[in-house]
Amino acid sequence: MYINYLDVIPWHAMVGGLGIGSAVAMLLLFNGRIAGISGIIGGLFRLQRGDISWRIAFISGLVLSVVMWNFFFVFPEIRIETSHIMLLLAGLLVGYGTRLGSGCTSGHGVCGLSRGSPRSFTATAIFILTAVVTVYLVRHVVAN
Amino acid sequence: MVLLMAWVSGIVFGMGIILSGMVNPAIVLAFLDITGRWDSSLIWVMAGAVAVSSIAFAIAKKRKKNFLGGSMQIPSVTKIDARLIMGGIVFGVGWGIAGIWPGPALVLVGSGSVEAIIFLIAMLLGMGIFEVNQQKPS
Repeated sequence: MYINYLDVIPWHAMVGGLGIGSAVAMLLLFNGRIAGISGIIGGLFRLQRGDISWRIAFISGLVLSVVMWNFFFVFPEIRIETSHIMLLLAGLLVGYGTRLGSGCTSGHGVCGLSRGSPRSFTATAIFILTAVVTVYLVRHVVAN
Repeated sequence: MVLLMAWVSGIVFGMGIILSGMVNPAIVLAFLDITGRWDSSLIWVMAGAVAVSSIAFAIAKKRKKNFLGGSMQIPSVTKIDARLIMGGIVFGVGWGIAGIWPGPALVLVGSGSVEAIIFLIAMLLGMGIFEVNQQKPS
């Protein structure tokens, strides 16, 4: 295993994490809600009365965060090298999988681990492990 | 007020995702690629996030109502079943292919990324398929 110490900026990652945690804390303490992104989006498919507007408010904040960011900082240059077909496949799997497993990185990963839920520990371990295996297969087996 | 707090929470969440580097699929994939140039960022992000939110959950556990007087809606399901495991596997494969998960997908859409829009449409489709399957009597 080669560890690239130069490109790793744990400080940014750590402070970014604190920001994510603060957002989770806000939504939990003021709205009484779990900040699980897949759950918040997924709930929109159910169209329950009185349960829609806060979801749209949160999602629009998330999308508009880039605008706010650009007021103060420069948005990083991001190159997505995955082909369009693979992006479609990835999106379908992420959409279906997160709903089936009731959560993604935020719901199970951050919120679940924070409240010590064994269910979320299991889910997080499974999706990280599966993703590691997938990346290995895509990058080092299929690509060769 | 409820909507304003949800909106601000979304903004803070998104800025956290950008600052942490998790908005960039290359950094996420570098974490998942343990045989390549490994990047530890994701661990630090999780550590930072869990440090703050675990305090919030400890406070929430002691309260019946949230700060705005509404109910606390914390999941009560504890069962580890086939559905949870299958969901984790399906999500893990999708996450591994592109290095994008739902949060960063929305932020990237905000940045105008065409790739993210393709991903988001497919993701919504995947969620829609799940909902349709759910409504079928099994």
